[in-house]
Amino acid sequence: MQVEMQGLTKHFGATKAVNDFSITLYDGELVCLLGPSGCGKSTVLNMLAGILPVTKGKILFDGEDVTKHPPEQRGIGLVFQNYALYPHMTVMGNICFPLEIQNVPKAERIRRATEMAELVHMGDYLNRRPKQLSGGQQQRVAIARALVKNPRLLLLDEPLSNLDARLRLEMREEIRRIQLQTQVTTVFVTHDQEEAMSISDHIALMKDGYLQQHEKPQALYDEPANQFVADFLGNPPINNLEGTAQGDRFVSNDGSSFVCRGIEVVPSGTKINLAIRAESFVMENEKADSFMKCKIISVYQLGKEEMAQVEFGGNIFRAYISLENNIKAGDEVYLSLKDRGVFFFDKESGRRYI
Amino acid sequence: MKNKNKKEQRMLGTILYVLGVMLIISGSISLPTSLARTIVYSMLALGVVFVAAGLYLNHSYQTKLGTLKALQYFLLTVGAVIMVFPFYWMIASAFKTSAEMNFFPPTMFPKNWLNFDNFYIAFETAPFGRYFMNSVITCLSSVTLTTFTTILGAFAFSRLNFPGREVLFSLLLSMMMVPFEMLVITNYTTIVKLGINDTLYALVLPFTSSIFYTYILRNFFQSIPDGLYWSARVDGCNNWRYLWKVMVPIARPSLVTIVLLNAMASWNSFMWPLLVIKQDYNRTLPFGLYTFTTEVGANNELLMAASSVVVMPMIILFLFARKQIVGGVARGGIKG
Repeated sequence: MQVEMQGLTKHFGATKAVNDFSITLYDGELVCLLGPSGCGKSTVLNMLAGILPVTKGKILFDGEDVTKHPPEQRGIGLVFQNYALYPHMTVMGNICFPLEIQNVPKAERIRRATEMAELVHMGDYLNRRPKQLSGGQQQRVAIARALVKNPRLLLLDEPLSNLDARLRLEMREEIRRIQLQTQVTTVFVTHDQEEAMSISDHIALMKDGYLQQHEKPQALYDEPANQFVADFLGNPPINNLEGTAQGDRFVSNDGSSFVCRGIEVVPSGTKINLAIRAESFVMENEKADSFMKCKIISVYQLGKEEMAQVEFGGNIFRAYISLENNIKAGDEVYLSLKDRGVFFFDKESGRRYI
Repeated sequence: MKNKNKKEQRMLGTILYVLGVMLIISGSISLPTSLARTIVYSMLALGVVFVAAGLYLNHSYQTKLGTLKALQYFLLTVGAVIMVFPFYWMIASAFKTSAEMNFFPPTMFPKNWLNFDNFYIAFETAPFGRYFMNSVITCLSSVTLTTFTTILGAFAFSRLNFPGREVLFSLLLSMMMVPFEMLVITNYTTIVKLGINDTLYALVLPFTSSIFYTYILRNFFQSIPDGLYWSARVDGCNNWRYLWKVMVPIARPSLVTIVLLNAMASWNSFMWPLLVIKQDYNRTLPFGLYTFTTEVGANNELLMAASSVVVMPMIILFLFARKQIVGGVARGGIKG
C-alpha cells in the first residue's frame, strides 16, 4: 500500500512535536523513521496508527484520506518496544487474538496463526506463555500477531531496543526477511543509525520535529543535506574542521591551509565546517604546500587498517590510514582528500554548499 | 597462652549454652504440671542467663543465628496461639454438653467430639437455615454487583480519557473518609422512601459499589502497559471487549482479592441489617445470632454451636485464599 503524509503536524499544547512532515512510502517498502530521542518519530508513527489525533495535515492510504479514521479502520499491524503481548494468553492465543476480534472461524484462525508462527520461526512454542519466552522470541510473537490479519501497513516502534546487542543484529535481519517475504509496507522507528542503514529501503531522518532528509540509506550517507544529517550518520562520526573558504583553499582558524577540490562552490571568506568522513583521507608522499600538513597524535590498530588521531591547524580528527604507511605517534604527514565523503557546511546555518 | 584461654572460653560457652537450653526446655515442660512454681521459674531464668552467657563466650555465628530463629518462632507461636485459641474454644465448646460447660477448671477437650446435639437444638430454636440462605443471597448479589461496578469504574478511571477525570476520582477518594455510620441515616431514609425496608433488597442496594475496591483495581489497571490497549484497538477490539478479554483476565489476582474482601465484609455486616430488618425470616446470620443470644440466655454451648456455623464459611474461604487477601491489599496500596 502506498502511504502518503502531507504536511503532518502535531502540537501538544505549546510543544510542537512534529512540523509539516511530508513523505510518501511506496508499496512493499520498508522505511525507517530515524532520529535522536524526542525528535518526533514515534509521534509520526502514532499518528499513522491513529493513536494520536493529527493537529494539521493529511494521511492518505492508497489515495484514501484516513486522517480521521480510528485505529481499527486503518488495517495496520503494530509492534511495540515492550512487545505488549497479552500475558494471560499462550503464543497461539496471542497470535489468534486479532482474528478472534474479527470473528474469523476457529479452524481458519488456528491455521493462519500456525502459518504465521512458522514464518517467524515460533512454531514450536505455540503453547508457551509470554513469560516463558526470551525477549527475541516475544518480539517474534508480537510481529506474528501484527501480521496475522494481513495488515496493509506494519508499524514497528523501536522493536529492537529492549534486546541485547547480538540479538538485535539477528532480529533486524529477521524483520527484514519477514518483511520481504510478506511484502508488507513497513514503517520502522529507531534511533540507531546502523540499524536503519542496514535494513531500510528509505530513511526519513528527523530532528526536533522536522524532516531533515528522506533518501535511500547510501544516498543519505553519501549526500547529506545538511550538517545534522552528516553528523548523525556514520561510525566513527564525521570529522568537522572549522575554518574559512578562500578560493580553492581551505584555511583553518590558525592560518594553516591546503588546496581542497570542490571548495570553489563556497563563496570566498565564508566560515564553514569542512566535514570529512574518516575513510576519505589519502596519505601523500611528497611534501607540498597544497596538502594538509598534519601531526599524528596517536594510532589505534584495527587489524586490517589503522585509525589515527590527527591534528591539523588546531582541529583534531580521526582518519583511517592503511597499514603500509607505517605511521606512529608524533609523525608529521601530508594528507589529501578524496572526492567522496567531503562536504562543505555553512558554519551558521548548517546548510550544505554543493 | 592466649589461644588456649580462648579455647577454654569457647568450651565453657558451649557447655553453658547447652545447659541453658536444657533448663529452659525442662522448665517449660514442667510448668503446666509442677506445683513448685518458684523452682520452675528460677530454672527458666537461670536458663536464659546461661544461654546469654554461653552466646557471649562462644563466638559462633551459627549458634547466634539459630538462637534468633528459635526466638522468632517462639514469639510467632505465642501469637498464633493467642489468635487461634478463641476459635478453638468456640468449636470445642459447641461439642460440650451443658454440664461440661460448667466444669471448673474448664476442660480443654469435649468428652465426645461427635456430640452434635447443640447444633440440632440451635437450628430448632431459631431458623438458622433461613438466616444462612438470606446471608448467602445478600452476600452473592452484593459481591456480584460490586465487582461489576468496580470493574467498570476502574476501567473508566484508568483508561478512558474524559475531562475532569482526575478531579472526579479525587472527589470519590475523599468520600472514603466519610465513615459508614454517617451515611446510615441518609441510606435509611432512602430505603424507607423506596419502600423496600425490611426486605433483602434493602440489604443489597446500598452495597453495590465501593470506592476502595475501585481504587485498588484502578491502580492495577494503570500498571497494564498502554501497548496492550493499542495493539488490541488496532486489531479492531473495542473498549468493552478489551476490558473483558484482556484487562479482567490479567487483573484476576486483584479481582479475587476484591471479591474475597467484599464477601467477608458482606457476610459479617451487622449494623445495617439490624437497622432495616424487622421480620425474623429476613434476618441474616450475624443478626440472627445476635437475637439468638438473647433467646438462649445462659446456654453458651448452643451459642457456640450457632457461632461455629456462622463463621465457618469465612474461615474456609480464608484458609483457601489467605495469600490472595494479604498480597492483594499490599499490592493495591503501594502505588498511590
